[in-house]
Amino acid sequence: MNQRRTAYGIAGGLLLVLIIASIMIGAGMFTDSAVASMPPASVEPQALTANIVMQQDDSKPPASTADHSQFEELQQEFATGPEVTAACLRCHTEAAAQIHETLHWTWEYVNPDTGQELGKKNVINNYCVAIDSNEPRCTSCHVGYGYANDEFDFTSENNVDCLVCHDTTGDYKKFPVGAGHPVYETKEFPPGSGKMWEPLDLANIAQNVGATSRNTCGACHFYGGGGAAVKHGDLDPTMANPSYELDVHMSPDGENFTCATCHVEDSHSVSGSRYQAIGKDTHGVDLPASDGNPATCESCHGLRPMQDEQLNDHVDQIACQTCHIPTYAREMQTKMWWDWSTAGRKDAEGKGIVEKDDNGWVTYDTKKGDFVWEKNVTPEYIWFNGTVTYTNLEPFADGAETVPINVLHGGPDDPDSRIWPVKLFKGIQPYDSGNNTLAVPHLFGKDENAYWKSYDWGLALEAGMAAYGADYSGEYGWIETEMLWPLNHMIAPKEQAVSCESCHEDGLLDGMEGVYMPGRDHNELVHNTGVGLAWLAVVGIVVHGGFRFRNGRKNGKNGEK
Amino acid sequence: MIENNGSQKVYVYKRYNRVWHWIQAIQIALLGITGFEIHGSFSLFGFERVTKIHDITAWSLIFMVAFTIFWYFTTGEWKHYVPSGEKASVHLRYYTLGMFKNEPHPGKNKELSRLNPLQRFTYLGFKLLIVPVMVTTGLLYMFYNDLPAFGINLSLEFVAILHTIGAFALLSFFLVHVYMTTTGQTVFTNIKAMITGYEEIEVVEPEPAAGD
Ligand code: HEM
Repeated sequence: MNQRRTAYGIAGGLLLVLIIASIMIGAGMFTDSAVASMPPASVEPQALTANIVMQQDDSKPPASTADHSQFEELQQEFATGPEVTAACLRCHTEAAAQIHETLHWTWEYVNPDTGQELGKKNVINNYCVAIDSNEPRCTSCHVGYGYANDEFDFTSENNVDCLVCHDTTGDYKKFPVGAGHPVYETKEFPPGSGKMWEPLDLANIAQNVGATSRNTCGACHFYGGGGAAVKHGDLDPTMANPSYELDVHMSPDGENFTCATCHVEDSHSVSGSRYQAIGKDTHGVDLPASDGNPATCESCHGLRPMQDEQLNDHVDQIACQTCHIPTYAREMQTKMWWDWSTAGRKDAEGKGIVEKDDNGWVTYDTKKGDFVWEKNVTPEYIWFNGTVTYTNLEPFADGAETVPINVLHGGPDDPDSRIWPVKLFKGIQPYDSGNNTLAVPHLFGKDENAYWKSYDWGLALEAGMAAYGADYSGEYGWIETEMLWPLNHMIAPKEQAVSCESCHEDGLLDGMEGVYMPGRDHNELVHNTGVGLAWLAVVGIVVHGGFRFRNGRKNGKNGEK
Repeated sequence: MIENNGSQKVYVYKRYNRVWHWIQAIQIALLGITGFEIHGSFSLFGFERVTKIHDITAWSLIFMVAFTIFWYFTTGEWKHYVPSGEKASVHLRYYTLGMFKNEPHPGKNKELSRLNPLQRFTYLGFKLLIVPVMVTTGLLYMFYNDLPAFGINLSLEFVAILHTIGAFALLSFFLVHVYMTTTGQTVFTNIKAMITGYEEIEVVEPEPAAGD
């Protein structure tokens, strides 16, 4: 009997401990879930959960076995960029041929799944719309020299620009309207700004070449759309040297990754494409065998990357980015709206106008129209399986209110899809109202047709459409358009990830149908019937108890003899 | 000598029985509160915390149930729950009519038959239906992502619906059950018995023949 009592005691004690433990967990252990409101300074860099660590260690000697300053080929005066390239190619004999195969050079991409011809050369967007007829301006971000019009020789080896990616001095700069060249004599840009561009010490730059860096990639990719922070929302100049709170991977206080740490190159071809993305990586860690895209989160973190298995149960339907990029453009505002239809307004003297907000960001420019900027923006969410199609010259329905620049495909029943965060960029732009297609304006140039010369949309569209090879009806109107940008960068410290409550209780993903989300969803019939049943029980109790009470009063206390 | 108002203390609930009962009561209450927060009925702990509490409490309940089943069968306590149709109607009549006329409670909690027939049906239903349904659907819910690997293809919504139906059934049971404990000889007789183990029960002896 005594033994038995002890056994019960132990069992009871054990269970009490379990219960108390669960209450304690409820009360205290998860205080870090509230860190969204924590001051950033208290967030310490964390041990990472990834399987591959590729960290730069500045305390060690450089990994390269070559010191370019000792090479005779580079000890000369270089008058132009192509001269430098010629010197590079004397040793790196295959480099230009490799570059010729890449998207960075061709600006052309054929989507293998949809057959669509994409790439910068073909896509029509709602920023500066399209490249054709505007080359010298746009191609200041081409990895080449002299892409000034559609007659550019894409087979030229010496016109490959090695320095724009491999400069380590920070001095190398392509001239914004130089078709990819730096300046070789002093020039002013923007015109009338007083900002002078001096010729570069190309020999010094060439002697100090090295691996790509956040700065070299960022020189173009942080300035997409014609200026700092305009385009992506998750890539802007703050990412050149990001704080740990801004990007745990790329911060010197975090993993200090360069872009190429994830966008691994092979034969100068850089992995990770927005034209053909991966909605759900089911391959996992890319070592030892890669699935061809080492830039996905799973490529390093694996398929169940979190310590909490309940969180891991989300990864089949929620992209990592959805929780780990709580907001984008966290430290520098990004462009959210661009209305071309208001462009062309001039002051009393017929001069262009530039209006700025309190922070000095341009909100109106005669050349471009009205802008809206936003900082620390909560993304939109969308089911995405990696397939993107572009509208380009596809005619849209008569009376369409908004036209998608691109469509991100996917849905809740598609096993390749997950919920992704995106930047939604909207604007108003000219369209061909006769053919119901988007239209390409000729913006940049010294000729009379260029919009930025004569401010005549009719002429600009006529010329732009001809250059794009489109059949233009001759009539134009204004249409609202939307473009979606999947977000991948600006991964916040895990303490600042989107909380469980945000979606399950506070409605962050309320627009996302097709999944059962506990807390947000329930079956109305079951719920109402259940509530009814419980009320029925309550009413039954009250009625029964009422009778007992009344009878107790009448007959004396219940149970009393 | 007629002796019909005497009472006697009878040991009705063993220690394990009592300990187990109250632990389970806390577990079910906690599961109910946290479960309905997960369901979206109110916000108390916050979603992250509440799922953790619900899951841990669920595991403690599973452990408890397993241990108790073991206890029932090694001690023979299971016999209390074997339903006997014999007197269920008497009890049904008592709760719906007799009680209001101040008739004495028809059932006596004696050592080997502490549950009256109506209670047996109800508790057996609780043990054999609601708890297993909650445990099974709860585990399906918990391991939802691993189900396809076992060849089980259910929608999460379906699992959640079953679990929610069970939860509402349990809620109603819980309410009625708590109320029913007040229908003993006095309002607190049953609750006291579940705490102390002893119940004061009337000793009703057979009426002696008239004229004796
Ligand atoms: C061993 C038993 C149980 C297990 C394994 C279990 C497990 C679960 C799981 C896994 C969930 C989903 C949320 C989460 O991950 O925590 C859940 C939800 C829920 N549970 Fe339980 N549970 C159990 C018992 C109970 C009991 C006894 C009740 C009620 C008295 C209950 C009421 C609920 C409710 C109302 C929900 C929300 C359902 C919805 O709206 O989707 N559960 N349970």
